Amino acid sequence: MIHQFKQNGYDIVLDVNSGSVHVVDDIAYDAIALYNDKIIEHHISEEEALPSIKSEIRSRYSDVSDDDFDELIGEIKELRNDGQLFTEDIYEKFVRDFKNRITVTKALCLNVAHDCNLACRYCFAGQGEYQGDRALMSYETGKAALDFLIEHSGKRRNLEVDFFGGEPLMNWEVVKKLVAYGRSQEKEKNKNFRFTITTNGLLLNDEIIDFCNKEMTNVVLSIDGRREVNDRMRPTRNGNGSSYDIILPKYKDFAKKRGDREYYLRGTFTHYNLDFAEDVLHLADMGFKELSMEPVVALPSDPYAIKEEDVPVLIEQYDKLAKEYVKRRKDGRGFTFFHFMIDLSGGPCVAKRLAGCGSGTEYLAVTPWGDLYPCHQFVGEEKFVLGNVWDGITNTEVQEGFKHQNVYEKPKCRDCFARYYCSGGCAANSYKFHGTIDDAYDIGCELQRKRIECAIMIKAALDEDADEAEEAEQA
Amino acid sequence: KHIKSLKTRNLKESMKKGGCGECKTSCTVGNQSCKA
Repeated sequence: MIHQFKQNGYDIVLDVNSGSVHVVDDIAYDAIALYNDKIIEHHISEEEALPSIKSEIRSRYSDVSDDDFDELIGEIKELRNDGQLFTEDIYEKFVRDFKNRITVTKALCLNVAHDCNLACRYCFAGQGEYQGDRALMSYETGKAALDFLIEHSGKRRNLEVDFFGGEPLMNWEVVKKLVAYGRSQEKEKNKNFRFTITTNGLLLNDEIIDFCNKEMTNVVLSIDGRREVNDRMRPTRNGNGSSYDIILPKYKDFAKKRGDREYYLRGTFTHYNLDFAEDVLHLADMGFKELSMEPVVALPSDPYAIKEEDVPVLIEQYDKLAKEYVKRRKDGRGFTFFHFMIDLSGGPCVAKRLAGCGSGTEYLAVTPWGDLYPCHQFVGEEKFVLGNVWDGITNTEVQEGFKHQNVYEKPKCRDCFARYYCSGGCAANSYKFHGTIDDAYDIGCELQRKRIECAIMIKAALDEDADEAEEAEQA
Repeated sequence: KHIKSLKTRNLKESMKKGGCGECKTSCTVGNQSCKA
């Protein structure tokens, strides 16, 4: 299976099952499409098909000689023989083994606060309380959660713990004590905790920033971009003042002190700001280097929801952003955009691509009361309670459902070129829209496919730049 | 002449060396890095 697309002046062919990416000229782009249609899809013999492909190519490109065409077909056949073009999907037969794999817990999302000091209109956590009571996690519950993680992580050394909410800084003393407890266990248990935190920034101060820079592997700071965009969806609790005005100076201070360590400014775009590329560039123009801007996932009944008719506009925005991303990289003013990052040469193996995000098995969310859920997005959905941090996983039936998830279980993924990059998408989004974790959220799929195309195009553009620099150096 | 291939990790080959389980959880698989 191949996927072909043109973007920003690049003709790109992705060989889906091998992961190979080819940057080609217009003639090769058309020839590969014809070869795929006649020889691969319709099983016409090369002997019969090649003359008609040649005729078609020469009708489009009059200056292609016989030698040119033969050379091009030679290149295509060489890639095919090398397993880099028109490769078969051989992975489905391994799914049975995959379903029986042994999993360990790698990461916990600690909901240390089911409370929030903002009133974001789109919050999946219902403004912090997850459709339940306001609560803060006690140190004892958090400690039990870390003990659970240590006990259920097998021989794995690196353990991820994300402090989440609600707003985790509303329970800051417990966060600090839990970090100290985790560190105290590392040597004896041969573990390495990688703590992270996701915050709306309102309570950031020098003490918190210094602690985060010492202890947190990554920090996510929420902001939606331009002032009016941010404040429309992220109002303060009492409706007075601008959350943007409060957090922006704190974020600038944070980024300055953070240096080269990982952080992200992370926003949500909605139907109200379909020109979200402007929000990304607004943050980039202020000097922030690590950025993410993600589509809201909301039901059509919500006025801010992304609608099917919005998708073409968003596709254009991703195009615009990708083009500017490349331009700024080449100008030495580059920034990182979360959804445009892709590791083609050192990406995950097939086993990981089949397994997906790890929710429900390798990744669990913990409520302030110690209940375990498959991930932060399922918290509050009572039928998805898996157990608790003291008794462990007791609802094995639900966990098995998550463990068996893979792209071959979802009909929508079978013919999708992006299946090894998104691994079947988000179970929570599927549940939200279809009432089952075994489907896929359609608008999310359309946007994901576009983002992957952008990410590959960016790789092609920057690779070309590297080649030119190398040639100049040799000259 | 007509085709330039980017450096990629061959997924079929990754079946031989992959599956160690050392990778982090993800929320993306596409932009994740492997031991690679």
